[in-house]
Amino acid sequence: MAMQFYASPEQIMRDRSELARKGIARGRSAVVLSYAGGVLFVAENLSSALHKVSEIYDRIGFAAVGRYNEFENLRRAGVRMADLNGLSYDRRDVTGLALANSYAQILGAIFTEQSKPFEVEICVAEVGATPDDDSLYRNTYDGSVTDEPGRMAMGGQAEAISGVLKANHRPDMSLGEAVKVAVQALGSVGGEGGAARTIAANQLEVAVLDRHRVGRTFRRITGAALTALLDGDAAGESAAEGDRAQTPTTPTEEGHKPTTSAGSADLEDKPGDKSDT
Amino acid sequence: MFTNAGTSSFTAFLSKAAPEMLPGRRALPPGMAADLAPHATTIVAIAAADGVVMAGDRRATMGNLIAQRDIEKVHPADAYSLVGIAGTAGVGIELMRLFQVELEHYEKIEGAMLSLDGKANRLASMIRGNLGAAMQGLAVVPLFAGFDLAASDPTRAGRIFSFDVTGGPYEETGYDAIGSGSLFAKSALKKRYRTGLSVDDAVRLAVEALYDAADDDTATGGPDLTRRIYPVVMTATAEGTHRLTDAETSTIAESVVAGRMENPGG
Repeated sequence: MAMQFYASPEQIMRDRSELARKGIARGRSAVVLSYAGGVLFVAENLSSALHKVSEIYDRIGFAAVGRYNEFENLRRAGVRMADLNGLSYDRRDVTGLALANSYAQILGAIFTEQSKPFEVEICVAEVGATPDDDSLYRNTYDGSVTDEPGRMAMGGQAEAISGVLKANHRPDMSLGEAVKVAVQALGSVGGEGGAARTIAANQLEVAVLDRHRVGRTFRRITGAALTALLDGDAAGESAAEGDRAQTPTTPTEEGHKPTTSAGSADLEDKPGDKSDT
Repeated sequence: MFTNAGTSSFTAFLSKAAPEMLPGRRALPPGMAADLAPHATTIVAIAAADGVVMAGDRRATMGNLIAQRDIEKVHPADAYSLVGIAGTAGVGIELMRLFQVELEHYEKIEGAMLSLDGKANRLASMIRGNLGAAMQGLAVVPLFAGFDLAASDPTRAGRIFSFDVTGGPYEETGYDAIGSGSLFAKSALKKRYRTGLSVDDAVRLAVEALYDAADDDTATGGPDLTRRIYPVVMTATAEGTHRLTDAETSTIAESVVAGRMENPGG
């Protein structure tokens, strides 16, 4: 019979943390930031169908990095919690803070009780009336939750990206400026020999929570509108403002089939070959 | 509970997480309950060339009493469809809210909207869940209409579905009405409806049909000029759903009433 070796609780937790941190750091990054017109999400994502950024409720959005199946599970849970609360009480009673707390409970329980922690990091963002009223919550794999000051980066080389973001971000930026700052921050790492790189529009997933809309404020910025924003075209901003009743984009409409999953494929990347993305 | 793989359907999730919130799951004491609660009345829907129009009167009745003068029975179900409720008002409003969440929930979970037929089938199964209560007099019968984004012929994109208390969605051609005044509204529409109407003409026709329903049915309210309460009129077109403003409906309703001053039969 095999011998059972003793491992101290500290050691077990350290091992789990290390596993989760390594998993998260291997993936591609995402940034979330406040700008004058709302909250902007930008994630590096090769797939157009498997999202890292999505809508939770009227004024609440979700961004995640790490393992796709794990954060997708949490996203669905968030939509369920929000819809249940909104139906039981009122749409105004669904808040980002409550959701971030629930995620903290779920992630904390998984971290301590399961043999493998979730290799994910999540941002719950709620858009307010002004950039100062926006709230961004960072939920990490061990169940901790932190309130971020108007901008945050997760996944990959998050600290380096945060540094660039902090240097360039202002809460009163326009959408065009905000997208440029976010893409510049994402591209500041991972180039040849640690240099900056350019990220093409089809490798980005961009969405906003539009401060000035009533009802559901989340919308994706894709295709020509995104390219125009990245090129710094003023027309891009008005195109990106979009229509009230926008058709949710389906993968078939996008024209290109997903070839890789959003998160899991990232995890299989070797740290060295980032330069080709 | 929240993180189970589960389905994309919110009602299926509710049946596990909070079954008491589903309208059909409540045990009712035996006997008829029909006169317990207010009843919402007439709704009409008309398919136009580039969309669909739905309008409802504003009256809710309890027996011979008017329970409410300004109830709103026509609502957007999602960005491209409309739902109108007739029958027991409380159950109807609950069912309608649940249906709105159901559609939005699916859209958020799956990242794509349900097809128009999918939405109608979903609503049908929700009504079927209320069958027990319906047999005790708390029936709800909705009317569902929407703009079908997948329609091959754009002039047939505006579609209307009616239901019976056992569910059963039936697609209607051209126009339909539900509620106590529906008989009169449909008779009026039968004579006046033409295919290929513009949305504006269909709006006018809907308000005329509601006037005819109110003319012969005590449970249907006509345009209330003294209190400035007019029918709720909504449209669903390629641009999405839209509710006509009070100013717009008042202009239409006043011109309909003015027309009836000349010719009461319309």
